[in-house]
Amino acid sequence: MSQQLFQGHVGIGPRVTAEALVASDNFSARYDLDRIKGIFSRQQHKLCGQSYVGKVLILNAAKGGVASAWMLREMTARNMAPAALILNFANPIMAQGASFANLPMIDRFDGDITEFVKTGDKVTVDPAKGTVEIL
Amino acid sequence: MRTDLCDAVSAILKIYAITYLEWNENMKLTDHESAMLAGEEGPARKYAMEQVVNVGQFFDAEDCVEIAQVHLMADPESLGDECVSFLEGLAELPEEERLVRAPTITDPRGVDLQAYKRLKQTEEQANLERRSIAAFRALGVMMTDTCINYQTIMPPVLGEHLAFGDTGSSIYANSVMGARTNFEGGPSALAAALTGRTPRYGFHLDEVRKGGTHFEVDHRPVDLSEWGALGAVVGRQMQSYWEVPVISGIDSPPTSDELKHFGAALASFGSTPLFHMTGITPEAPDLQTVFNGPTASVPVATPLTRAEVTALRDSYWPADDRLDVVVFAAPQLSLMEMRMLAGLLKGRRVNDAVTLIATTSPEIKSASDRMGLTELIEASGGIVLEGVCFYQMYAREIGEANGWKRLMSNSAKIVNILGGYGYEPMLASMAQCVDSAVAGKIIGGAS
Repeated sequence: MSQQLFQGHVGIGPRVTAEALVASDNFSARYDLDRIKGIFSRQQHKLCGQSYVGKVLILNAAKGGVASAWMLREMTARNMAPAALILNFANPIMAQGASFANLPMIDRFDGDITEFVKTGDKVTVDPAKGTVEIL
Repeated sequence: MRTDLCDAVSAILKIYAITYLEWNENMKLTDHESAMLAGEEGPARKYAMEQVVNVGQFFDAEDCVEIAQVHLMADPESLGDECVSFLEGLAELPEEERLVRAPTITDPRGVDLQAYKRLKQTEEQANLERRSIAAFRALGVMMTDTCINYQTIMPPVLGEHLAFGDTGSSIYANSVMGARTNFEGGPSALAAALTGRTPRYGFHLDEVRKGGTHFEVDHRPVDLSEWGALGAVVGRQMQSYWEVPVISGIDSPPTSDELKHFGAALASFGSTPLFHMTGITPEAPDLQTVFNGPTASVPVATPLTRAEVTALRDSYWPADDRLDVVVFAAPQLSLMEMRMLAGLLKGRRVNDAVTLIATTSPEIKSASDRMGLTELIEASGGIVLEGVCFYQMYAREIGEANGWKRLMSNSAKIVNILGGYGYEPMLASMAQCVDSAVAGKIIGGAS
């Protein structure tokens, strides 16, 4: 049986269980999303056209500008946010934004998390332990 | 204080208090920091100190560092009603509990209140802007509304610790000035302002600032769009926030505007807050110093050719010559760029089918007014906006309201951002952009 539990750095926010949406691309709330419609809107992004609302979003690295720090909370307040954000490499902006939004976030896994989890897998994200588990 | 706001703020503060109790295991705090965290100086500083600790723990910071300046990014599009209401909650606290503790200045706003109707921005957008300005003023924030603060307000100093909140101003402060900042998004810049400190991690630390990847440039970019394209080529190769590129081969100092476009594009494409340019930037007198070791430890350089830079620019070139809007922004224009633009437009007329917009800071707008540059640009049909930047002013909505799709700019940063906002952006020199605006269609071709 393949591994089901993946260890990252201790994260931010509450524990959550939801379906995963995965790509090896990077992530920026301002550059990549239509935040009103709740979909990826950047043509070059592998998830372009797909809804991220309520999903455990699993991507490679935080990219782009500083706006994501405000935007995650604004998205959360409208119930148009992902359920959690899982990255190989967060940056300060995503950490600040997740903290401000109380949105679960974990990064720095032993290996490439975008290879371990598939879109559609049901996963539990536990920031206090820094773990992602496929159920 | 309004009850709904009061309730909202208390609810948020409770959430952070719980998070903090679970995490405050490692970070060393001074008595003053502990007092703020315990709420002895009111709920705003308590909330802010919790933010500092949350982020500090996430990045394994040992303690905090006092900061000399805060640069706060908070345009109304990013804030939305939710975050503006949060700020209004803080603004209604007593003065001694709410005023910032470090000099705090703002990044561009989203609405130029003198010009928004002309751009078909809505009253709703303008009102959100007015509310956020009122809240920031109540907190003692100085509304400078600029991303070129390092050129126009208070240039940072070598070794100075900062909390800067625009990727372009952060990378310039770190790289060109040798000051020390992480990217501080709005909420954490606000936390830094209210507490006067930020967690000591990332680019505040010597070991994080040494060179990581080495690029050797074989040419000198000829205009600002090429400097931006060079930054974009480097930025695209950055794997994470923590990778520090070192560029060698630039034989004499670029101008501040050239480094501004290079850094802004690098930070936008790469999300990277520091570069070194050997012989140019203060922490990189030579390769050995910047890589912090003997000659043998200097990594083999990746060559960066002119062909790669022009290929990046050409990759945005469209198949037809249709043109809707020409934008000079991101970063806001310096006085030198305003002069260059006025010179290119003098005696010419922007085609009726095209809108030409230049955005600059209030300081530079005032100087441009005095020197007749604004008049030259506007007499040709161009629009000069102050205190805003194009991508931060509801770019998607104004694009749809005005029918703008094909956008031409000499800013690699804006071309990178606006692809996600429903535009077909393309990168060209300022001269080519102006020629095209006058002709009403894209002039010239890919290199």
